[in-house]
Amino acid sequence: MWRVGTVVALRDETATARTISLNVPDWPGHVAGQHVDVRLTAADGYSAVRSYSIGSAPNFGKRIELTVERLANGEVSPYLTQEVAVGDRLELRGPIGGWFVWRPQQTELIQLIAGGSGIVPLMAMVRSRASAGSTAPFRLLYSVREPEAVLYRDELKALPTRDHTVSVTYAYTRAAPKNWPQPPGRINASLIADTTWPSNLGPTCYVCGPTSFVENAAALLTASGNDPHKIKTERFGPTGDLR
Amino acid sequence: MAIISRGFLGRRCAADAKLPPGQYLTTDFPVLSAGPTPRVSVDKWEFTIDDGNEVLKRWDWRSFRELPTESITVDLHCVTRWSKLRTFWEGVSLDTLFEEIKTDAQYTLVHSYGDYTTNLPLDDLLSKKSWITFRFDDDDLAPEHGGPARLLVPHLYLWKSAKWVRGITLMREHQPGFWESLGYHNHGDPWREQRYSSDE
Repeated sequence: MWRVGTVVALRDETATARTISLNVPDWPGHVAGQHVDVRLTAADGYSAVRSYSIGSAPNFGKRIELTVERLANGEVSPYLTQEVAVGDRLELRGPIGGWFVWRPQQTELIQLIAGGSGIVPLMAMVRSRASAGSTAPFRLLYSVREPEAVLYRDELKALPTRDHTVSVTYAYTRAAPKNWPQPPGRINASLIADTTWPSNLGPTCYVCGPTSFVENAAALLTASGNDPHKIKTERFGPTGDLR
Repeated sequence: MAIISRGFLGRRCAADAKLPPGQYLTTDFPVLSAGPTPRVSVDKWEFTIDDGNEVLKRWDWRSFRELPTESITVDLHCVTRWSKLRTFWEGVSLDTLFEEIKTDAQYTLVHSYGDYTTNLPLDDLLSKKSWITFRFDDDDLAPEHGGPARLLVPHLYLWKSAKWVRGITLMREHQPGFWESLGYHNHGDPWREQRYSSDE
């Protein structure tokens, strides 16, 4: 069943990512971490569907937010990040997914690890936690290309000052801010050891990002003693390397 | 009646005509898994068929690799909407693995290292419809694609082609597997677009 959402606001997060706020009158509610399928239809009936994570917390009534990263060769993301205007209607299916989710009833330690736009469903978890008044201790490790690529920058910056049980650590893969302690590079074992929950505390881990990022981060978490059953992953994009 | 997306043209290609509804063509081989990639060494690998009570057949890597193999060229369709055409595999037909097994069970639950499960009717595994594969494009199957061995059931959405496969339990009734318990369709036929549990 396809629902219809009306675009009520647009917000550029970075040079290539845009948040689309939609009012969906028959929205049944969602759980942080779920996604929707978005369908675009051309005048001749040709249609294309892609999945996008919901970035907003569950309890904003009939309003949901999607943050879309524009892919250079994308079919749907260029339209969603450049063409869509307030007042447009988009067809949606969902919410979808019952595995990569965080529910406010969860009280255990939570480790979030995001690569690039993999932050979107994790941000929904952070927001869900705040709006539910949860005190579950959260840590977020957020790996981005460069400082300018950080999504939700101001909101994330303000987060630990409001609530000391949430911490955010950034890791930069291409260009770090001036005087940053680590040289740019991908997440490694020492960063995992220094910034994530110790594995003996038994955190539930959520890892989301491009395939190679998730493969690397999940393997590091397992190697540092985390129970593989408590590592939930969501991968997107091509593998880059098949073997 | 679909809503027309003002100004959307889309990117069609001739191959789209060959694809199941709602799929798009990719030349990559994307990876989707619910957790970390298990590292399974072939020294410890085994594959069993059981009936819920006892193991009916068991292979270690060596005895498995002594079975006759087949070359398979098939199209893949993932529920996340990508399709990849003409992929090339080598594997052992499930008909070979079930050759000596007599059962009146109609359903199966497939198990993987890492505890992934997926359910299929036995009919969807037999009659040249599925394989346990261990090579892709003339190379050993990479761990992130399910190596050392994965089930390949190309006529169903790819989540049915369990990676890191370790065994099959014969069942009297359907017991939903991992994704089937989390909102995905029990059968998963891409040509009937059986994606989610609410699809027919």
